[in-house]
Amino acid sequence: MKTGLAKLSLALMAAGAIGTSAHAATTLVYCSEGSPEGFNPAFYTSGTTFDATSKNMFNRLVEFKLGTTETVPGLAERYEVSADGLEYTFHLRKGVKFHSTKDFKPTRDFNADDVLFTFNRQGDKNHPYHTVSSGSYEYYNGMGMNTLIKEIVKVDNYTVKFVLNQPEAPFIANLAMDFASIFSKEQADALMKAGTPEKLDIDPVGTGPFQKVQYQKDSLIRYTAFEDYWMGKAKVDRLVFSITPDASVRYAKLKAGECDIMPYPNPADLKQMEADPNINLMSQEGLNVGYLAFNTQKKPFNDVRVRQALNMATDKNAVIDAVFQGAGKVAKNPIPPTMWSYNKDTVDYPFDPVKAKKLLAEAGYPDGFSTNIWAMPVQRPYNPNARRMAEIIQEDWSKVGVKAEIVSFEWGEYLNRSKKGEHETLLLGWTGDNGDPDNFLYVLLGCDGVGGSNRAQWCNEEFNNLLLNAKQTSDKAERTSIYEEAQTVFKREAPWITVAHSVVYEPIRKEVKGYKIDPLGGHYFYNVSK
Amino acid sequence: MFQFILRRLSLVIPTFLGITLLTFTLIRLIPGDPIEVMAGERGVSAERHAELSAQLGFDQPLYVQYFRYVTGVLQGDLGNSLITKEPVMKEFLTLFPATIELATCAAIFAILIGLPAGIFAAVKRGTVIDHSVMTFSLTGYSMPIFWWALLLMLVFSVNLGWTPVSGRIDVVYWIDDVTGFMLIDSLLSDEEGAFTSAVSHLILPSIVLGTIPMAVIARMTRSSMLEVLSEDYIRTARAKGIAPWRVIVIHALRNALIPVITVIGLQVGILLSGAILTETVFAWPGIGKWLIESIGRRDYPVVQGGILIVACIIIVVNLLVDITYGIVNPRIRHSR
Repeated sequence: MKTGLAKLSLALMAAGAIGTSAHAATTLVYCSEGSPEGFNPAFYTSGTTFDATSKNMFNRLVEFKLGTTETVPGLAERYEVSADGLEYTFHLRKGVKFHSTKDFKPTRDFNADDVLFTFNRQGDKNHPYHTVSSGSYEYYNGMGMNTLIKEIVKVDNYTVKFVLNQPEAPFIANLAMDFASIFSKEQADALMKAGTPEKLDIDPVGTGPFQKVQYQKDSLIRYTAFEDYWMGKAKVDRLVFSITPDASVRYAKLKAGECDIMPYPNPADLKQMEADPNINLMSQEGLNVGYLAFNTQKKPFNDVRVRQALNMATDKNAVIDAVFQGAGKVAKNPIPPTMWSYNKDTVDYPFDPVKAKKLLAEAGYPDGFSTNIWAMPVQRPYNPNARRMAEIIQEDWSKVGVKAEIVSFEWGEYLNRSKKGEHETLLLGWTGDNGDPDNFLYVLLGCDGVGGSNRAQWCNEEFNNLLLNAKQTSDKAERTSIYEEAQTVFKREAPWITVAHSVVYEPIRKEVKGYKIDPLGGHYFYNVSK
Repeated sequence: MFQFILRRLSLVIPTFLGITLLTFTLIRLIPGDPIEVMAGERGVSAERHAELSAQLGFDQPLYVQYFRYVTGVLQGDLGNSLITKEPVMKEFLTLFPATIELATCAAIFAILIGLPAGIFAAVKRGTVIDHSVMTFSLTGYSMPIFWWALLLMLVFSVNLGWTPVSGRIDVVYWIDDVTGFMLIDSLLSDEEGAFTSAVSHLILPSIVLGTIPMAVIARMTRSSMLEVLSEDYIRTARAKGIAPWRVIVIHALRNALIPVITVIGLQVGILLSGAILTETVFAWPGIGKWLIESIGRRDYPVVQGGILIVACIIIVVNLLVDITYGIVNPRIRHSR
């Protein structure tokens, strides 16, 4: 029977091959890890959705330079910032075309109306599109744009001015984020007139290098290269996302040549991938940090000596070896090394249990104490196995007399309870949104984050003032030195044990050229050829 | 027969209500707030949380939410997914053809192999053939699906290159979604080789998904056949000199089939409700994967609606099985 089946499938494959040769167009296949939640990137926060939408279908006023976290001009050719840092004037690019769909053919080029539509839809509660698709604009609100933007003024068809309520240097980086992808107002108007506004979020047109042709839910997304792309047509003719949730299966497809690029390989497969002559295993440090936060509002962690002692009692190298299997690096700063203003001179606490015990005795705990370590129930790039990590730390701490119990909750509960500070110490992490240090330091350690994303519940005046200063300075060199100083304060005060930055691996087929790993975790295919 | 069907149908309404209540309560009993899960590490402010709760209707007391849900269902509205914002029914209809296609092929595979194997084992009882069939079916029954799928994939797709690894059709074919059944859509398209590509993509998933039903069918057929073969009328038939194959196929098999049909019916019901593991491994866009993902995301409307539809399917399949009994066995037909 098996021989029969084999013969049959051989015949079928041969027939398939004849069919294939009829297509001369080059197709790039990306085996994505999941289905996009939808096609309007402003509604979502997951990278899977951004890869399928904003990264390849849309543009923003400013863009991240590929392979870096620097911003470069996008749909705006240039911009000016007023001296008080409150007004940003964008001069828009002319001759930028939108894609078309079966039902919509654009009659005009991109202009200021599209910019106003994109932002007002998210920010203005009375905008006719605000509640369409029961839209919730998590990133727009999450990045504070709702309170930051005072108004957006159309100066002329190709000039737009953003007026802010207070100076905010990371504003430009925010505009390069996925939620700021520019939609077509002309399409929105046409759909509203037709009585089907929700179609804008299912089948939108963008100005990006690829236009969506078809989405077969949970199976495939097909794109064609956009002929009229303002930077020139992409190097491949077709782009296909072949949705493959299992990492071992993605690898099997890559080996069989059914996909060209795959994200998120199993750490256990890395060695084999490296040895495979058909595969080029690319890697880069990820824009993330995995940490253990002490609840600094609870005893004994309100004492800096205790926090420092536990930093010294933890053997981070052992953690990295056991948990990351080579796909991680020891972290000494709260921001990753690929980010600008990373302080290379920070001196980390050495692994020194003897000194740790001494410090604990000084703090009044010669015999240690009992506490808990919360371990996340989910896998994340910055912490692939929180339970294992917690066990190693528990073991290390027991050597200095600190008895820790490992606690875990369902993910939603975990996040909710830890926001309220129910933990004593907890494992968590962060992946950067916009490449700006503020997005790590202020969000995770600023006083505003206490009771929210600041899981250490740590509010240090010196540190916080430095961050507030940096927010109001648009000079990058000045901001860099402020952030470097802030990292020194952070290390001295030790509200966290900075555990690890993950290393991102992306195996691609040897014939794929021009692919670059995006430090922000996205997958762009404009420059890729094969 | 008609009365029998009516009686069965009248039981459907309380069953439905029970299912709506169960799915509604069970998904809410799982800890984890959908809004927190959606927000992840980034978190959501208390104010925004309240706003979203109100928007999604979660701020209402549970009985109001349940009433709204049931009213919606009665009007044919299963609600919209919290994540994709699309109607649950539309998502279901998009994914269900893929599940039917795979389930049908798996069932055909299971029956074509399982039934003859069971008959053969019964006829050759106690021989090497019987023992081998039983050993194989026991192995098939206890095979971990995930492992089995990866094993077949590595051997036939990666090493030998005979079958594709996963998906429904080769990416070079751009097939329009007409019926949702890839076999039909690929035939309808003008693209040469598309149909064979679709068939080749079905081979491994069908074998993997059909393995357990095949084993169950083989074992059930064997034991049922053994029972029938020892009956007096079979001995009489043999004594009359009827050809051995006629005794087995015409006289024995027809009677032995009743429990086998029950088993096949149950298995098909299970297959149609989606095969989570097979669908995940082969990246098959069916409803099993859809449901399991929505449980993870606490997508209440999808879980409630999806499970309700799946339950309906199982009820319908069971009804059809009952009707088939009547056709196969006149005694049942007349006694009702």
